Amino acid sequence: MRFGVTGMVLRVILIFVFLLFWEAVVRLFGIPAFILPPPSNVLLALYRGFASALYVGHIGVTLAETFMGFALGSVLAFSLGVAVALSRRVEYYLYPFIVMFQAMPKVALAPLVIIWFGLGITSKVVAAALVAFFPLMVNTIAGLRSADEDRVNLMRSLAASRWQIFWMLQLPNAMPYIFAGLEIAMIFALIGAIVGEFVGATSGLGMLIQSMNFTMDVAGQFSILLILSALGLLLNGLVVTLRRRVLFWDQSEKADAAEQAVAEKGGVS
Amino acid sequence: MPQRSCAIGEGLAILQAGLRTVAPAEISTAARDVINVKRLSKQYGGGAEPILALKDIDFAIPEGEFLSIVGPSGCGKSTLLKILAGLMPASGGEALLNGTPIGGPRRDIGVVFQSPVLFPWRSVLNNVLLPADVQRLGRTVMEKRAYDLLRLVHLNGFERRYPWELSGGMQQRVALVRALIHDPALLLMDEPFGALDAMTREQMNVELQRLWMERKKTVVFITHSTAEAVFLGDRVMVMTPRPGQVGDIFRVDLPRPRGLEVMNTEKFGGYVRRIREVLNAGGGLE
Ligand SMILES: Nc1ncnc2c1ncn2[C@@H]1O[C@H](COP(=O)(O)OP(=O)(O)OP(=O)(O)O)[C@@H](O)[C@H]1O
Ligand SMILES: [Mg+2]
Repeated sequence: MRFGVTGMVLRVILIFVFLLFWEAVVRLFGIPAFILPPPSNVLLALYRGFASALYVGHIGVTLAETFMGFALGSVLAFSLGVAVALSRRVEYYLYPFIVMFQAMPKVALAPLVIIWFGLGITSKVVAAALVAFFPLMVNTIAGLRSADEDRVNLMRSLAASRWQIFWMLQLPNAMPYIFAGLEIAMIFALIGAIVGEFVGATSGLGMLIQSMNFTMDVAGQFSILLILSALGLLLNGLVVTLRRRVLFWDQSEKADAAEQAVAEKGGVS
Repeated sequence: MPQRSCAIGEGLAILQAGLRTVAPAEISTAARDVINVKRLSKQYGGGAEPILALKDIDFAIPEGEFLSIVGPSGCGKSTLLKILAGLMPASGGEALLNGTPIGGPRRDIGVVFQSPVLFPWRSVLNNVLLPADVQRLGRTVMEKRAYDLLRLVHLNGFERRYPWELSGGMQQRVALVRALIHDPALLLMDEPFGALDAMTREQMNVELQRLWMERKKTVVFITHSTAEAVFLGDRVMVMTPRPGQVGDIFRVDLPRPRGLEVMNTEKFGGYVRRIREVLNAGGGLE
């Protein structure tokens, strides 16, 4: 925004220059397509994939897995986060599990998940949920605990019940943290679904990448990577749009602070 | 809670709603005290070095009185207020509200803190209605009351705004109205205007006096400013540095309503001087 219209134009030009450079290098040095395809081949693969309707079905599968995994992981993460934040006892007993699970790279569970839940969509939903779970749980806990002492005292001075303090103060107060967690959970769910498909699946974009790898269709793989990053942007955009609506009152510093909390605590996926 | 609904009417009627009977059974003078504090003490931390914040505090506040409390920083004013609000227990002695020991937060107390403590996700109107929501008072009746009170502090037209759209003084007025919305018999204020500039502060003092005269609440008003304490108080209680004790209590005989010009009078200056002497004798800094 700061760089104005000329900045915008320069940006676009830069992208074109990069693509031209790429194309030129591949052609000039005669790099084989199974190592690095020129961008024109990638675009062609993208076009063919959509024209033959091959990609659409796989995109649908991956999206479905991502959304269901996100929903499942979020519901569980939120519920557990609330329980931990509100009850010292629950926190005390669950703490060892949380620490162990937090330190473990969740994607490493994917092979086990495939064994337990099969090659169908269920295993990918579970994998996505597993990966999405942690950032949201950590943020839910941090958010619910972040209620300002003065505000808690105000509620208490009104003889508010613990339940009322939760609904009227802690939960709305935690929303910036929760949304920051949801943003990350959404992207993590996509990662979980793709990794699950890598390990074992009959459909989905991850499975498509795997099979293209076997046939050395590198241009095809690049075209799927493009689709995946577009999906990532789209999914992130959905959560951000929702956040802007719900958190109209938030002066953004809070969300940033929460994002930092995630970076510090929920990093390992 | 329908019994509160009768209090609402047009104009002046809402102002009279503050009148409320206290401890009807007993007739002795002690029973007419809304607050009665006896040998109250408070100690923080039980470990190696406990802090004695309050020691043997004794005072009583009759119904409808405006009591100002001044004292050096750290002498335990906020601690005393939190005990009165039922937010923390005392370590020794007792604090009675209408003759019964304060065992926890009470519905008929309004508290104003040093900062406005507004909820950014609630509009001005909904912030004001927070006590009504917590105590499940009829929303329609309370909304009418909220509009009337907001007009009283010149905030009409801001009902649908959000806290971040208001200045500090306006936010503090919202906090004041919120403390009054459920018509509490007792108002506890902890340096409510401490963060405001001198001019806004004087304005707020005048408005608070007006509200209090119209609604006749019992008020405990903590401040750092001796001038503010004298201007507003029926009596001024001076506390000594830690451990906080009652240094002296002055009765302020200035006619009401007091205008800001009363601060320039000889009598007013005399009160301020005498209070400062007590504060300085205790080693406190003003
Ligand atoms: N939660 C706490 N734990 C331990 N000590 C505390 C706590 N709160 C207050 N104190 C101590 O009690 C003493 C009185 O504190 P308090 O906040 O009541 O003072 P105050 O008179 O309100 O001061 P100020 O005018 O600066 O607001 C202070 O010396 C402080 O160190
Ligand atoms: Mg204080």
